[in-house]
Amino acid sequence: MVVTDEKTIENTDWEPRIVGFLCRWCSYAGADLAGISRLDYPPNSIFIKVPCTGRVDPTFVLKAFADGADAVFISGCHLGDCHYIEGNYKTMRRFEILKETLKQLGIHERRFQLTWISASEAQKLKEFLTSMTSSIKELGPIQLPILAPLQKEDKQDD
Amino acid sequence: MTEKLKLAFYWAASCGGCEVAILDIDEKVLDVVAIADIVFWPVAIDIKYNDVRAMDDKSIDVTFFNGSIRTEENAELARLLRAKSKTLVAFGSCSCYGGVIGLGNLSSKEELLHRAYITSDSTDNPEQIKPQLHYKEVHIPDVLPANYALDQVVDVDYYLPGCPPKDTLVWSAIEAIASGNLPAKGAVLAPNLTVCHDCPREKHDERTIKEFKRVYNFQPDETKCLLEQGLICMGPATRSGCDASCVSVNMPCRGCMGPTDQVFDQGAKMISVLGGLIDSDDPEEVKEIVSTIVDPVGTLYYFGVSKSLIKQSGVKRR
Repeated sequence: MVVTDEKTIENTDWEPRIVGFLCRWCSYAGADLAGISRLDYPPNSIFIKVPCTGRVDPTFVLKAFADGADAVFISGCHLGDCHYIEGNYKTMRRFEILKETLKQLGIHERRFQLTWISASEAQKLKEFLTSMTSSIKELGPIQLPILAPLQKEDKQDD
Repeated sequence: MTEKLKLAFYWAASCGGCEVAILDIDEKVLDVVAIADIVFWPVAIDIKYNDVRAMDDKSIDVTFFNGSIRTEENAELARLLRAKSKTLVAFGSCSCYGGVIGLGNLSSKEELLHRAYITSDSTDNPEQIKPQLHYKEVHIPDVLPANYALDQVVDVDYYLPGCPPKDTLVWSAIEAIASGNLPAKGAVLAPNLTVCHDCPREKHDERTIKEFKRVYNFQPDETKCLLEQGLICMGPATRSGCDASCVSVNMPCRGCMGPTDQVFDQGAKMISVLGGLIDSDDPEEVKEIVSTIVDPVGTLYYFGVSKSLIKQSGVKRR
């Protein structure tokens, strides 16, 4: 049986922390455009610029979750538009396997998303971030079914 | 003449296969006895825990500890043997990475006990009796909330992975200990290469997977790469040292040797590999192909759930 995270904390101060991996050629440029176009979007995401979404090793995603991210997303060029021809296809295939694995490890599928945003789609980025942030707010803080640290107590009873 | 080495062997949450692996060195065991005294080995010699407690601290030269930490007794003995030993070697995959029983960390302790004593198909337990920790003067050790690798409980000096460790690795470890020619603390006593490096099968750089297959209903070609035939072989993400034992008998690698030194998370690396092998550019078809992976965690983290990035993020050593 898989233990999934649940919405338990009703803390109004809590804000989700989202890590986004954006490719240098499309999505990061799209985020730049959103900035110079003065579009408003929720400030909960930290963007990490990568040369291509194909550079995103599944380890990066796991590390982000392990270090406390409430959600992770990957955003790259539309399929067929990859600067490196097939980097985003690789990402698309890895994403599916990783998503299934994370589900089994107890991470809700909405916490890990993949999207394609081109350099001109600032509006799409805004909409994506708005809907992702509100959906993570609904889910609440991530509660990884982690190993509890083992207490150190040397029992010497005979 | 110098004093003989003092060796100890212990099994925690283990199947006993590691004990057999020690005997797999065959007649060389006589050479071991020539240079060393075995001071503690519950499976073979009759020495009680209290005899170990009575030993001086650091009086055992090397302890080979197999099995993971799943009960209070395991944890207590791990701490005791750490205190009594100069060198502690995590022996076998359970002790190094939590092992196959680490998969139990996908469920809580209560769920596991409920499954084992109430709902499993072979159980006939109408009164729903579960084991009690105390009965009159008898006390039995409790099950811990999760399954831990040895180094999540105590400091470990060396790692000797494998399920069970290969006899050649066991012997070279014993030789290294006898000669005092050991690597730096924290080293894994096995080559830092992948299983693919030793694998004799033909490999092509092609994407070929249209469906993931399983060994029970698929007979793979004996000369071609198993991954290219659609079986999930953990070879690319797994340390060598096993002489590619499983792939040489037409079985895919399960990943028991754990990741190489450069890798943080074995399963994540394997996901990378599989992503590069699925032969489809259509997102819907990819979804369908991925759905043929039955039990991704059980396949990609067969031995490593306890040490996976996600599951160990809450563990602080001791």
